[in-house]
Amino acid sequence: MQVLFARHQVRVYRFVLRLVGNQAVAEDLISEVFLDVWRQADRFEGRSAVSTWLLAIARFKALSSMRRKPDEELDDEMAGAIEDASDDPEVAVQKKDKGAALRKCLEVLSAEHREVIDLVYYHEKSVEEVAEIVGIPEATVKTRMFYARKRLSELLKAAGIDRGWP
Amino acid sequence: MNKTNQKMSAEDIEALLPWYAAGTLEPREADEVEAALAADMELARRLELVREEMTEAILLNEALGVPSARVMENLFKAIDKERKIARPPVRGGLGWLTDLFTPRAFAFAAGAAVIVIMLQAGVIAKLVLQDRAETGSSFETASAPTPATRGFEIGSFALVRFAPQASIADISRFLDSRDAVIVDGPRPGGPGGMYRVRVARTYVSKDELDRLVKEFQSSSNLVTMAVPTE
Repeated sequence: MQVLFARHQVRVYRFVLRLVGNQAVAEDLISEVFLDVWRQADRFEGRSAVSTWLLAIARFKALSSMRRKPDEELDDEMAGAIEDASDDPEVAVQKKDKGAALRKCLEVLSAEHREVIDLVYYHEKSVEEVAEIVGIPEATVKTRMFYARKRLSELLKAAGIDRGWP
Repeated sequence: MNKTNQKMSAEDIEALLPWYAAGTLEPREADEVEAALAADMELARRLELVREEMTEAILLNEALGVPSARVMENLFKAIDKERKIARPPVRGGLGWLTDLFTPRAFAFAAGAAVIVIMLQAGVIAKLVLQDRAETGSSFETASAPTPATRGFEIGSFALVRFAPQASIADISRFLDSRDAVIVDGPRPGGPGGMYRVRVARTYVSKDELDRLVKEFQSSSNLVTMAVPTE
């Protein structure tokens, strides 16, 4: 169990933090996630990767936690909850830092879009695994990823970076 | 996913580019995407856009930091408390985990975890070193603190993901040609795995590191992603 915790706590924490936007809340939630894992260890059937199982539990915890706080919604505004003193996309473009502008745009995507992008690019989850974590059909995963990327391009274009797609 | 033998449409293939870049496609699908990329310059350009996004998404997540020790303390306290109230009957699956969560076992497991992770790193190091020995290379890694690997903590570094189909021999030759060294990895959490690679023997400026890393990535199709790191 300790090995499991050591291997996965950082990624689970980052996944939750991107959802809830508050470090203290994210830390409390990952304690709960691993406590649940300990409690439900007998329910793990090994059909999916442990990391997929953990992220699915973490997502459920994060969403439940946000539902407990009616003033906090899973929407674009949550992106602003993560303290960030970096430049906005336009300023970043003026400074000719395309990477920084892209990161800024990734931060202001809707929570739904951020989630799928993080799961695919950072957590290296397959279509099937994303579907399992988010609880949506595989075809929806691909569509959601496409629209997340499209939205990202639109935000970049608004910030002065035209990637010529879509 | 398209699990039949029928060919995927151009749209289907484009939709799979993010998973192709992340190395999480089934081999058959990856082959189809690769064939389409070879025949379509515009699709290849769009793959580069995907790689840009992936690089920045990784940097963004890596910058989020790590949880404090409070998490483990709280977890341990909560488990200890529950164990005192009632020991849950557990059968099958990962039920044996509950037995490992006694305070004594927790402390022991912390040490064991370090050993397991070092062993994993050691196996990778051995694989690479073994291959280097076969090819007559002087390559060494710093995955474990051996005398041979001392000194690799100095320099400039990148997080690198290699193509899933890349062999250890190919990677070794490539790293040799760039005077680069794997110093850590792979990072847990995904099938692709990211390695920390020393790309320069000395500390270089941010701009220079950006340039080096770009060159590192573009110089071989063995590297699917490379981003500067501390």
